[in-house]
Amino acid sequence: MQAPAQHEGVNVGAIATVDAVMQQVAEHKGCGTSGGSGKASCGSAAGQGDLPTEIWDKVKNHPCYSEEAHHHYARMHVAVAPACNIQCNYCNRKYDCANESRPGVVSEKLSPEQAAKKVLAVASTIPQMTVLGIAGPGDPLANPEKTFKTFELIAKTAPDIKLCLSTNGLALPDHVDTIAGFNVDHVTITINMVDPEVGAKIYPWVFWKHKRYTGVEAAKLLTDRQLQGLEMLTERGILCKVNSVMIPGINDKHLVEVNKAVKSRGAFLHNIMPLISAAEHGTVFGLTGQRGPTAQELKSLQDSCEGEMNMMRHCRQCRADAVGLLGEDRSAEFTTDKIMAMEVNYDLDSRKAYQEKVEEERVAKVAAKQEELATLAGANSDIKLLTAVATKGSGLINEHFGHAKEFQVWELSTAGAKFVGHRRVDLYCQGGYGEEDSLETIIRAINDCHAVFVAKIGGCPKSDLIKAGIEPVDQYAHEFIEKSAISWFKNYLDKVNSGEIEHVQRGDAEIRQGALTAAA
Amino acid sequence: MALKIVASQCTSCSACEAECPNVAIYEKGGTFVIDPKKCTECIGHFDSPQCAAVCPVDDTCVIDHSYPRYQAAE
Repeated sequence: MQAPAQHEGVNVGAIATVDAVMQQVAEHKGCGTSGGSGKASCGSAAGQGDLPTEIWDKVKNHPCYSEEAHHHYARMHVAVAPACNIQCNYCNRKYDCANESRPGVVSEKLSPEQAAKKVLAVASTIPQMTVLGIAGPGDPLANPEKTFKTFELIAKTAPDIKLCLSTNGLALPDHVDTIAGFNVDHVTITINMVDPEVGAKIYPWVFWKHKRYTGVEAAKLLTDRQLQGLEMLTERGILCKVNSVMIPGINDKHLVEVNKAVKSRGAFLHNIMPLISAAEHGTVFGLTGQRGPTAQELKSLQDSCEGEMNMMRHCRQCRADAVGLLGEDRSAEFTTDKIMAMEVNYDLDSRKAYQEKVEEERVAKVAAKQEELATLAGANSDIKLLTAVATKGSGLINEHFGHAKEFQVWELSTAGAKFVGHRRVDLYCQGGYGEEDSLETIIRAINDCHAVFVAKIGGCPKSDLIKAGIEPVDQYAHEFIEKSAISWFKNYLDKVNSGEIEHVQRGDAEIRQGALTAAA
Repeated sequence: MALKIVASQCTSCSACEAECPNVAIYEKGGTFVIDPKKCTECIGHFDSPQCAAVCPVDDTCVIDHSYPRYQAAE
């Protein structure tokens, strides 16, 4: 284990060297850490940061555990686990739209054997696919035979692929040893409450030991089993991510308590996600008109929990059969019919060679950021603002404004550029939107941003954005995001200081209720 | 003496199949069905029919009134 860098002594006002700036920024990005506090770190900043080597090795190629990795590495889910043992008010198992993407949704179920074939087919086609997860569409541990049979087959044929699973936790304590036996390094537990009174409003029932429990009794059972399972996993050195669905008026304030409870039990990363509750999904919350959070409500809850623990902000709430980089979905390329017809040639060496190239790309990106950070070292300002970025990946501003299906959002301050989330702007399951409507949708989605960085933008949207108070920036086309954002921000501060422009606060933004569509 | 599954409501999640103590449930034409000859309504096994207790859609595993109610052998 390498000695972690210590941050305690570094004071923002007294930063003397570029290295010290880098450490401050690494800390600020939400994934560095003050060494002695016992807080885990997801190392999503410039790389390993102060993460112990054995933990860095576990997360560096896992797109869901490292924000930085998700630009380079892909994951896939196989839908082998359709049965579930609890009912959630934000889930409706009857609804499935092929163009739609959100947890619990799949187009077809797979047998473990079909799943293993699919993994090989995808791994051969997408060499940066490093992680295989089982996330349902029900609960993996309510289908233990299918889940573990799938792991067994994949561990045999594709030993370099990391296995992970995502569970509601009810059955978790019964399966921890089996999970550890398959060398599963990453387990996600969805924990929406630690107070059964709150839980009773989210879970109508749970099914446990041949009996359906309802109300507070059900929620008590669930929270006890979840926290017990979490402790058992962390005792065994398995990294745990906790997913929480933010439901305004029901558990939004309570999630701060959840954050403390899971942190104290050794959870590694907390992923607070906005409720998806469109009426057409037919969920209880969709039908009762329960709203999801606004962008600022979500961000401020994530910010308030960040001091306690690392927050995941790059989750796309993907389907239980998603394939590809987070934010893209290539599952339609790998339907059972197509897989069975594919000639699969699993070549470990070419996968390794490809991944080495990816590592080179990563190093270049980190170097570029370090270079520009030095120029901010002397700046002194309280201004903190958000900017949106159109990107296709690789850490570059390389997407045309009009082609962007989502924007990354970066918070800029004198501490540097910090990634704080994504905003979807694609038109979910809607064919009839005109161009003007879609521009309005985009403006609503990034309305809290001062600027939007793009590779290219047309004249009309440009002037509409300016009218809405969002500066379109295309001068950094195809350059590194963080380096460009910092350079732009430094320029912005100069203009504010010289009186050329006045800094004003932006309003709130909308989180789109549809999920990222599969149609590329 | 049996339950039946309302096919139009079945999500084909298979949860009932694993819970049935009589192995009476199987997949047929994309949804699950109960073999009425094997179903005991879980009498003698559990307090309530397991398929109905675990089913994610209300009123999908229901009593089939075309069969007389099951009674456990004395």
